[in-house]
Amino acid sequence: MVGIVSYGFYIPKYRIKLDDIASAWDKCGEKVEKSLKIEEKAVAGVDEDVLTMAYEAAALALEKKHEIKKKIGAVFMGSETFPYAVKPVSTSLASWLSLSNNYLAYDTQFACKAATGAIISSYAMVKSQDVEYALVAASDKANARPQDALEYSAGSGANAWVLGREKVALEIVDWSSYSSDTPDFWRRAKSNYPSHAGRFTGGPAYFTHISESAKQLLKKTTTVPSDFTYVVFHMPNGSFPLKIAKSLGFTYEQLALSYVVPYLGNSYSASALMGLVSVLEKIKPGETIFFASYGSGAGSDSIIFKATKHIDAVRQSFKSSIKQKKYINYATYLRYMGSILM
Amino acid sequence: MNAIIGYYSTKFGELWQMSLDDLIDEAVSQVLKKTKLQKEQIDAIFFGNMLGGVVEENLLIAAHIAEKLEVNIPIYPVEAACASGGLAFQMAHEYLKSNSNKTVVVLGAEKMTDVSAENITKALSCAASSEEQAVGLTFPGVYGMIANLYLQKYHYKEEHLAAISVKNHAHGVFNENAHFRKYVTVDDVLESPYVAYPLKVLDSSPISDGAAALVLTNQKSKISNQKSSFILSSEVATDSVSIAKRERLDELKATKIAGEKAFKTANLKRQDIRVMEVHDCFSIAEILALEDLGFWKKGEGGAHAKAMSTASSSGGHLIVNTSGGLKAAGHPVGGTGIKQIGEVHLQLTGQAGDRQVKGAKYGLAHNVGGSGGLTVVSSLGS
Repeated sequence: MVGIVSYGFYIPKYRIKLDDIASAWDKCGEKVEKSLKIEEKAVAGVDEDVLTMAYEAAALALEKKHEIKKKIGAVFMGSETFPYAVKPVSTSLASWLSLSNNYLAYDTQFACKAATGAIISSYAMVKSQDVEYALVAASDKANARPQDALEYSAGSGANAWVLGREKVALEIVDWSSYSSDTPDFWRRAKSNYPSHAGRFTGGPAYFTHISESAKQLLKKTTTVPSDFTYVVFHMPNGSFPLKIAKSLGFTYEQLALSYVVPYLGNSYSASALMGLVSVLEKIKPGETIFFASYGSGAGSDSIIFKATKHIDAVRQSFKSSIKQKKYINYATYLRYMGSILM
Repeated sequence: MNAIIGYYSTKFGELWQMSLDDLIDEAVSQVLKKTKLQKEQIDAIFFGNMLGGVVEENLLIAAHIAEKLEVNIPIYPVEAACASGGLAFQMAHEYLKSNSNKTVVVLGAEKMTDVSAENITKALSCAASSEEQAVGLTFPGVYGMIANLYLQKYHYKEEHLAAISVKNHAHGVFNENAHFRKYVTVDDVLESPYVAYPLKVLDSSPISDGAAALVLTNQKSKISNQKSSFILSSEVATDSVSIAKRERLDELKATKIAGEKAFKTANLKRQDIRVMEVHDCFSIAEILALEDLGFWKKGEGGAHAKAMSTASSSGGHLIVNTSGGLKAAGHPVGGTGIKQIGEVHLQLTGQAGDRQVKGAKYGLAHNVGGSGGLTVVSSLGS
């Protein structure tokens, strides 16, 4: 059996309410919240970035797991807000975690599914016994051009996943991926902020790709939506995951536990995986999860997970830990995000 | 007499999967299929398009169409901003009047959603006066000024304008090709964000992709084979491009002149008209159109609008914008003028489906370029 043997997450304590962002631009906060179905979002502090958050998440995943640390043969880091254009962050992460030096490392980017692709690659490497364990981190300090619609949803957060073959807590049952050349969202080299194609990010992008990827996996595994205890989708806003769940035949009850975007925002590559973290807080052995990420550009990775008897040993407290928060105003938000240039 | 023997429209909306060429191809091939004509039976094509040269960087568009359709016939591109389609129709009508035994396609198409809203607004502004463009006046700005003056001068409120959008959205629900097929309320309109005071998002027509095509002929054998309507008149009038140089802001002189000529040429009275498509690029524009075409007295349009006397559900004699107008059906600028005439054709030939107005024998189409720099008014009979 191959799957997740341990995991961790990190959500910065700072929050900004959508109403405060809307007020700064003379918009009606109530309408924005109603449209996006997001009330507030998590924001990384001025001294936090992709690496520090990934470290926090990975350190939690590897807490009291010294025996695993030196056996990790692959370290992958997925993000779309890397601090460097050239220089891997995955090696810094491995160094900070005091792993061995005998690992394959690279940073991956595929918009919001930068890490789920790495999880699938890691799964194959572990399954083939090329490596004993693999570490995948997803981390983003997602920024947006001030006044852009993205500003209401782009959040911060990280999670980390250790894959192995022994004491698997969350089995990876099967996976499927669907990709096409669809330019719905991008950030050109040397640009500070991403660009997007408005409503084009919906129908031809998010909905088509998740739908195709999900249907492919359901067909491959001869399953139907009602076979799963939980479902998790990428959460670019509060509206899209509700719509895709309904269109594929999943119920709100299956989605509810993973639906964290209304109070955390969209932490890009960590977004769907943060929904998975939320589900793992409650899942019981034998229960199943249908998971589908989405990355602009575009692609979707669908994965079926199944909890084992080892889940209790690695379970992390999620909801209570994110209650520790501090609200910041819009000016502070801009400063923390590096949007004010001196 | 010149007749319309066939009409086809693509869906209007954000058609991301379709280029300008694709839109043209669908509209022409489908209108020929509908009329059971081969392309060899077409003598010329008149093509209304505004932005192909600016946005798509496609000049010599005639050759693009010739390549796409594999024809070598004359193709006449016509640019008159939002009245490009209407003017193409008017020119085709003139062509047929002076050339016997001919059949032509009149096509209107626009691809607008591949560029940002800012860029398309800038491109559309090319149809305004250079001086007014230079100080940043956009078309929403121009119509906002007109609306502001109208409300102040005749003591109306924004809800009077909103009623136009409510009516046209209600009509658009029944148009299978409309960009928006949903009802809106007066409150929805009033609560939508301002674009240019007092006009709001829901007072404004959208940016759309789409194409529409008509087949016109003066060949009697072809007319008798099809569900045909007859062109009674198609008149064009022009006016100053600069709004500062117009005599007054609360009327479109070009509409008044073209309208008078169209009624006179067709020998029609206002009360003969049962269905009419007018150029509601903004809600205020429909009010001005009804006044300037002589259906409502100047200054009384606000009250008529609020009473929704031209709604299909009103039971009134004159029903306006059964297609949903530019507001709900969408506004691919070069395609709009053709869609308007096509809608009147459908109504007069009993082919309008769920939105059919009973007993329609005469109809009118009113297409405006810019903020009134050019207007085409055409009348049809069954």
